[in-house]
Amino acid sequence: MNVIIQVKHLTKDFREVKAVDDLSFTVNAGVVYGFLGQNGAGKSTTIRMLLTLIRPTSGEIEIFGMNLLKHRKDILRQVGAIIERPDFYKYLTALENLRIFGAMSGIRIPEKKLMDQLAMVGLAERANSKVKTFSQGMKQRLGIATALVHDPGLIILDEPTNGLDPQGIADVRNLILLLSKERGKTLLISSHLLNEMELIANSMLIIDKGRKLVEGKVHELFDPAETIVELKTTDDTATYEKLQDSGLQKFVQGKRYDCVMLKLHRNDVPSVMKELVQMNVGIISFHSKHSLEDYFLSLTTGQTHVEAVKD
Amino acid sequence: MWKLLKIELFKIFKRPRTYIAFGAIAAIVFLIQVALRFDGKAYIDLLLNNLKDSFELSDEFKMRILNGYLICFLILNTLLIQMPLLVALISGDAIAGEANMGTLRLSMTKPVSRTQYMLIKFTASVVYTLALLLWMAALALFGSMLIFGTNDMVVLRSGGIEEMKSFDVLWRYFAAFGYAAVALTTVSALAFLLSVFAENSIGPIIATMSIVIVFTILSEMNIPIYDQTIKPYLFTTHMVAWKGFFYVKADAEGTTINGSIENLPAVMRSMGILVLYTIGFLSTAIWVFRRKDILS
Repeated sequence: MNVIIQVKHLTKDFREVKAVDDLSFTVNAGVVYGFLGQNGAGKSTTIRMLLTLIRPTSGEIEIFGMNLLKHRKDILRQVGAIIERPDFYKYLTALENLRIFGAMSGIRIPEKKLMDQLAMVGLAERANSKVKTFSQGMKQRLGIATALVHDPGLIILDEPTNGLDPQGIADVRNLILLLSKERGKTLLISSHLLNEMELIANSMLIIDKGRKLVEGKVHELFDPAETIVELKTTDDTATYEKLQDSGLQKFVQGKRYDCVMLKLHRNDVPSVMKELVQMNVGIISFHSKHSLEDYFLSLTTGQTHVEAVKD
Repeated sequence: MWKLLKIELFKIFKRPRTYIAFGAIAAIVFLIQVALRFDGKAYIDLLLNNLKDSFELSDEFKMRILNGYLICFLILNTLLIQMPLLVALISGDAIAGEANMGTLRLSMTKPVSRTQYMLIKFTASVVYTLALLLWMAALALFGSMLIFGTNDMVVLRSGGIEEMKSFDVLWRYFAAFGYAAVALTTVSALAFLLSVFAENSIGPIIATMSIVIVFTILSEMNIPIYDQTIKPYLFTTHMVAWKGFFYVKADAEGTTINGSIENLPAVMRSMGILVLYTIGFLSTAIWVFRRKDILS
């Protein structure tokens, strides 16, 4: 599989603050690569380095097999991006903005294609409206049109669904899937909407405090069949002790102040439920959690939390 | 390069703020012309007040010198001091304004080198400066020529008056406007340099004006210790050298020599210093911008 982005030992220091710390990762062709991390984890700094907005303190970036700093123009010609919120010349129209940024991409773009792009993001009717009259969601759509107007092979989207309503979020999700599956584009997407990322990403990288926590294919890192269960009972302490002495001990992850936590495979759920009933556990609720969000939290803040409750 | 320059010019001239400077110049020039049209003689009396003991100045002479050329000279004297503010409005906004709008980061993800981007931005600022100057020339020179007509031109100096024949004036204005273009380009380069450090255009505009004002005061002050140590190196000292085109040589009998300039080498040296300043400001701006992390 072709490698599109290869990052090696990337580090960025802002004086005494290490925003990105020895980060290495690889993005293969045709994937939707989820780039996850909490606020301040170093996602935007990394993306800015990928787009040459920030100079790395050390490390190396190769995109399309070329060194980014040596072949900046050749690489950026094939890259489309949104960085954080998309901003435009407010006193110009959507079409004028798109024309300007399209022209700056170094490719001649016919007017019809500009209009097609605006139509694709639902802004055809507002093509001649000034951007100052746009809502944040409309600017976000125009940002996506700008990122795609020169038909780039690599698309980098930093929080692409910011400011969008539920319909807009669904539209962006479908657009990303279309670009990936039907047009073979490679997308690197940073987002805090983890449920959205779960639906679209097939590879992902999670970083924290500038360092890599995990990287890999989503189905390898995060098995949706594996689930964390929050079990609330009439007496959690007694239940926890009972479980420790039972055959269910292997499933016990820990105890929180308001529930007992179990880690199960989906296929084990019926038998575990049956056994809990047989043990006369007074079950109040049996809540299964198996989202990317839970996985993410278990790796970042949740990691320390799970350790703490394991006692 | 041309395509990108067209984009920059499109952005500048699509912006309502751009036309504030054109409007301000038109208003000032118009007010001066109206005032002198109706009360020109009183103004000339005031102007020649110091000479009335040395010369016999007839009313006919006073009306003769109140022509389009003199009016333009008076306007230039007033406006060329204010022009740096108008130039800084656009040049100070060139990079800082993009950073403030958030468009700088999007522009810098495009396949345009930072040096190229800076050169295009600066060129666009210079085109704006030249457009402003042409506008001023059209109103102040050609407008005044139309309203007041043309005749011989008189320029007051501390030592007396200099008189140039009507046919010997127009080329001097072209030269003076050319010189003013160089001087204002230096101011533009200064504002452009300061713009690189800011993420809001107010800062570079105010900083440019502050520097111009402080340097102008230093240039104008008659303190001997500054005459040789500081003044020759301040760009503001050289910005007013356009007047040199209106200082003429005289023969042994004191008659003006047509087509002459009293001290052309001094004018050219001043122009050279301004060009060096411009190159210095622009090079520094590019050097800083190439190393800058874009965090806006």
